[in-house]
Amino acid sequence: MVSAIISLGLSGLVIGVLLAVAAQKFKVETDPKVAEIISVLPGANCGGCGFPGCAALAEAIAEGKADVNACVVGGKSVAELVARIMGVAADDIEPSVAVVYCQGNCENAVVEAEYDGVEDCHALHALGGTKKCSYSCLGLGSCVKACVFDAIHMGEDGIPVVDREKCTGCGACAKACPRGIIEIIPASKKVHILCRSYDKGPVTRKNCKVGCIACQACVRACPQKTIFMDRGTLAKIDYTNCDNCGICVTKCPVRTIKSYEKKAEAAAS
Amino acid sequence: MVKAKRGSGGVAVPDKKELSGRMPIEDAGIPAELTLFLSQHIGAPSKPLVNAGDEVKRGQKIAEAQGAVSACLHAPTSGKVKAIEPRYQPVLGRVVDAIVIVPDGEHALYEGVAPVGDDLQAISQEKVREVVRESGLVGLGGAAFPTAVKLEHPPGKKIDTYLLNGVECEPYLTADQKLMEESAAGVVFGFRALMKGAGVEKGIICIEDNKPDAIKAMEEASKPYPELEVAVLSHRYPRGGEKQLIEAVLGREVPPPPGLPLDVGVIVSNVGTAYALATALKTGLPLVERIVSVTGEGVARPANLRALIGTPVSYLIDRVGGFSSSPGKVILGGPMMGVSIRDTEVSIVKGTSGVLVLPREAVETEPVLPCIRCGKCVEACPIRLLPVWIAAYAENDFMEDAEKMRAMDCIECGACSYVCPSRRPLTQSIRLAKAHIAAKRRAAAKK
Repeated sequence: MVSAIISLGLSGLVIGVLLAVAAQKFKVETDPKVAEIISVLPGANCGGCGFPGCAALAEAIAEGKADVNACVVGGKSVAELVARIMGVAADDIEPSVAVVYCQGNCENAVVEAEYDGVEDCHALHALGGTKKCSYSCLGLGSCVKACVFDAIHMGEDGIPVVDREKCTGCGACAKACPRGIIEIIPASKKVHILCRSYDKGPVTRKNCKVGCIACQACVRACPQKTIFMDRGTLAKIDYTNCDNCGICVTKCPVRTIKSYEKKAEAAAS
Repeated sequence: MVKAKRGSGGVAVPDKKELSGRMPIEDAGIPAELTLFLSQHIGAPSKPLVNAGDEVKRGQKIAEAQGAVSACLHAPTSGKVKAIEPRYQPVLGRVVDAIVIVPDGEHALYEGVAPVGDDLQAISQEKVREVVRESGLVGLGGAAFPTAVKLEHPPGKKIDTYLLNGVECEPYLTADQKLMEESAAGVVFGFRALMKGAGVEKGIICIEDNKPDAIKAMEEASKPYPELEVAVLSHRYPRGGEKQLIEAVLGREVPPPPGLPLDVGVIVSNVGTAYALATALKTGLPLVERIVSVTGEGVARPANLRALIGTPVSYLIDRVGGFSSSPGKVILGGPMMGVSIRDTEVSIVKGTSGVLVLPREAVETEPVLPCIRCGKCVEACPIRLLPVWIAAYAENDFMEDAEKMRAMDCIECGACSYVCPSRRPLTQSIRLAKAHIAAKRRAAAKK
């Protein structure tokens, strides 16, 4: 009994001393700023900044390898807190949101096949999809699964809908989409040409009711001259000059162009 | 006669060969348009030698092989080149460049097509290899690997046995079976030419025991040649897979990729390939047509057609009396490994051994249920992988773990999906992992 207490006590003492020495000897110098920055970052580990998680970003910021506003999710408030820790001024950052550039739901797009298999857009994409348009949304929700903020949901018509309030613009959904029809766009930009089909006009018209037919009516109508034709077959907005006037929305004969401002107003009234 | 050894894994599938197995081979005729994809074999795409508007004749070379692993392409009939344009290639599942020919109906033979001879003693090994190369010969079993590459194996490798694959283990398909029954002498001649081209002394013709007429015909035709044997195998899927066949007949195991049959001293070719070489030697006609089984419960009159490469699927289905009921699935190849197509306007390629039409009621599926860890897929896997784990990793995006479980070794035979009592699409999940890993490796190689 006594010997057990003594031997246990002694070994505890020896191990304790060893641990104390080791703690001093193998001490890893960490920047105290890193811990502070981690504490103000959102902690979602979404990867939207391009670093593997919030801790990695915090280290990068502390070492000066990343900007203080690198966290796309935290937005302005987090950037200011991080800037205060780092002792610099934060540049203004624009909040961004995801935009799904396809309206090819079952009613609008021509569907020519049924699919029965792995519920993953990449799997369906490898087989060519079920809709005639080869640029269309596949509708199996790989983007929905990728979102850690619960900000994108599959709509009733089979096209994902972004919750612009919840969306942080991290870009996880855009990366998950095998057809690249989701893009991260500044939230202040409200007018979008919702099509990514590079098929020629007549082909698109056969494939989908709301696909861009490359008529260029929007290009001509735009007072800012900021709509251009990509590869000659798809109208795109150069957002730098877009002032959300919405004239193009009224000119588009196939209603490919939508304005979120109008939608919000319509919902409010 | 060699009695085959037992290979591991595999599944017992109903063979369904009675549908088209008694129908003689008939000519499909000339469709209104032929689409010849520049990528219809494994390896680099071929390079067109003609332009839109050119007149071509049957057997004329219209595209040249490019690079070490590639195959050339010939016009299947006479006519005019309408265009060289991107078209949807159903087997690759993407749009590739294709030469589109509008036939003139004359079926005129190209002047350059001349017989090489039918005495193998008089034809040199080099000549055989040249004919194989110039005829655009690829493996007609389905994978369409250029045959010339197999014959011109690196000198360091000692090849002792050539296997002729007449197993045709895929249900429904009867193209190889009919070829062996009707043209056994041609197949044997082509096989001996292949052996000569590869410099191999011993040849084994492998056939499953569900084709007794083909076995009889091939035994008869190969009798005069002591270097040839016929091996009869029991019916089990996927016995006709190259690696599975070698294991079943010779008891040798081909190492995992990049291991090849060459590594265990074996070359395997399909009976269709042998017959195409025989045709090329005897008549000079390159690979411009093949036997296609148009079969399944969904067509009015299942048949075996000799079809020109590039014939639209819709034309072939019309030739056999059209759909017998509302079609559920149209598959290029067999039900286990074939690809389901969306549009019957696509064209057949050199590797298309069958067009299978299943009626709507046959393809209606029940819901997918959770995995119950029964291990049936593990028992069924012919290459001894653990499909249950690879698929689970793939579904949950753990691609590194899927790679560690050797997803890349999967031959995509579909046996695991077939036996799964929960109807889980295991093979498709594994294919997803393979595509992901391949893309990652390509990206790493670029760096």
